[in-house]
Amino acid sequence: MSKFLSYFRVKHLPHIWCPGCGHGTVVGALVRAIDKVGLKKEKTVIVSGIGCSSRAPGYLDFDTLHTTHGRALAFATGVKLSRPELNVIVITGDGDLAAIGGNHLIHAARRNIDITTVCFNNSIYGMTSGQYSPLTPLGSYATTSPYGSLDRPFDLSALVAAAGAPYVGRATTYHVTLLIDLIAEALTIKGFSFVEAITQCPTYFGRKNKMGDAVRMLDYFKENSVNVKALDRLPPEERENKIVIGRLMKKEAPEYAESYLDLVDRLRSQGGDGR
Amino acid sequence: MSGRVRLLQGNEACVEGALRAGLKFYAGYPITPSTEIAELLAERLPKAGGVFIQMEDEIGSIAAVIGASLAGLKSMTATSGPGFSLMQENIGYAAMAEVPCVIVNVQRMGPSTGLPTSPAQGDVMQARWGCHGDHPVVVLCPSSVEETFHLTISAFDISEALRIPVILLSDEVIAHMRERVVLPEGDIPVRSRPRPTVPPEEYLPYDSSFGDVPPMASFGDGYRFHVTGLSHDESGFPVGPGKTTGCLMKRLLGKVESRRKDLVNLSEEYTDDAEILVFSYGSPARSALRAVRLAREEGIKAGFLKTSTLWPFPSEELAERARKARFIIVPEMNSGQIRGEVERSLRWDIPVIPVGRLDGELMTPSEVLSAIREAAGRV
Repeated sequence: MSKFLSYFRVKHLPHIWCPGCGHGTVVGALVRAIDKVGLKKEKTVIVSGIGCSSRAPGYLDFDTLHTTHGRALAFATGVKLSRPELNVIVITGDGDLAAIGGNHLIHAARRNIDITTVCFNNSIYGMTSGQYSPLTPLGSYATTSPYGSLDRPFDLSALVAAAGAPYVGRATTYHVTLLIDLIAEALTIKGFSFVEAITQCPTYFGRKNKMGDAVRMLDYFKENSVNVKALDRLPPEERENKIVIGRLMKKEAPEYAESYLDLVDRLRSQGGDGR
Repeated sequence: MSGRVRLLQGNEACVEGALRAGLKFYAGYPITPSTEIAELLAERLPKAGGVFIQMEDEIGSIAAVIGASLAGLKSMTATSGPGFSLMQENIGYAAMAEVPCVIVNVQRMGPSTGLPTSPAQGDVMQARWGCHGDHPVVVLCPSSVEETFHLTISAFDISEALRIPVILLSDEVIAHMRERVVLPEGDIPVRSRPRPTVPPEEYLPYDSSFGDVPPMASFGDGYRFHVTGLSHDESGFPVGPGKTTGCLMKRLLGKVESRRKDLVNLSEEYTDDAEILVFSYGSPARSALRAVRLAREEGIKAGFLKTSTLWPFPSEELAERARKARFIIVPEMNSGQIRGEVERSLRWDIPVIPVGRLDGELMTPSEVLSAIREAAGRV
């Protein structure tokens, strides 16, 4: 039996995801990263919102919290500030995080609260059967963009970095080793860390956009990704429409929960219990 | 009762009550007329080793409060009309996932932005039915600064004991007026959520074999349990339509229904021989009592009834006290939201006279008194 199975609630498997879905690959990478950095199951809380990817915590043997649509980071903020010694991980999707949860995302990044967020970005609302999301590429087809999407997508990693997150990385379900390494590094960061995992939805996104089956979609990720370290070597016209993968941001910044605890210590050393 | 005498505002009394009840986590977003609660807790909570955070909006505030409660802390948020509207979805989440939390709504005139600094009671039905789906909730409604202190403590007590969201429904008059308050000395008993007595591997977060309020573990204590807003079984994992969901809903609603008599909190004066009964709640209760006293001076057999627990509604108790009454007057700063509930409780046997205000001004004794006089002319 794989040692990674001990991180799963095996009796709640099999999962609800469609054949060919990349979400299992991302969960596998998350579990391997958790194992790599040695997080304790009893001291790790996994929080999610609503959507296909947000069902993942139910399969994972930790304290798990499946919240309302878009709000995982706000719930997670309450958990982290109440028990700063716990590792808090948020699992979310592109609709959950970039649309309805966008406000919580930029503010969690701005505060720099010690939460690791893994966004399963499959460019579509899967749970509701294939509507376009804020990360659906321009011109792509979805049930609500039958003539091709007119909405310009976010570069979500760039947005999170701009909002102040000290750690940002991106990988695809083709680049599994990189994905594991990025999540593992994110888990060791004291502060808000963000990993965007580009994953395939052959059922809704792939089919609508004639991308073929899951293997063809993985091929697409392989052929259209470039590591950020190699980006400079590409001529500018070739950089367009590339999926830039790798570690996109790493810097130092004061962490929110720690700053709060420092404040409590400072006030208490000055004496007085309230008035 | 012995205690410290203070001159306090309603919002300040709410903070005093919350801290006495053991509040350890507050998340909120600035909004008039509730902001003093956040301002005071921003100062007091860190000194008391608790957590204060100003979130990006009211949706995030209630979400953080639920997260904190799951991590084991007594948690609260405070807001007013527009913010209360934004919180509804997650109030339903707290009811479904049985996460104790206290939500303070200092009512202001609405709908929409309305009159941000003016009183109203337009949220009394929203407090009961604001979020989608049937759900249990308890709503407490203070009519003085001192009562705000005590009802805030009760809100934590009920919320923890029943694992439900409890709403303290104040209004701008009570929140901002200053009154003499006696803050009692010594410990005030506040119940805590039941804790698991079984080892982690045997723990089921919604195990009803311990009673209708299942023991609640905290995240990080080694129980490794799952919480969801989906319909779920006793293990906390999702289930579909059918018997398990039916039983869950019945148990959730039953937590409040079966304790209705304990939760009802009525005050009364001059009710023994009252022919005209004034039924009130919140700040209009003050004017109602004054009006009843003035009516008595005029020889009118008026009686005063006030409910401090708005939901569950004291239907049976009201019907019992109204048996001799010829008229019921219901003063409220809305278009008659509780009037309908009163009529329903009395099975439309006794005429109910509404005294409503929708202009953002407070209810005056003379308004209630003229309604009493008019009714007296018809007795």
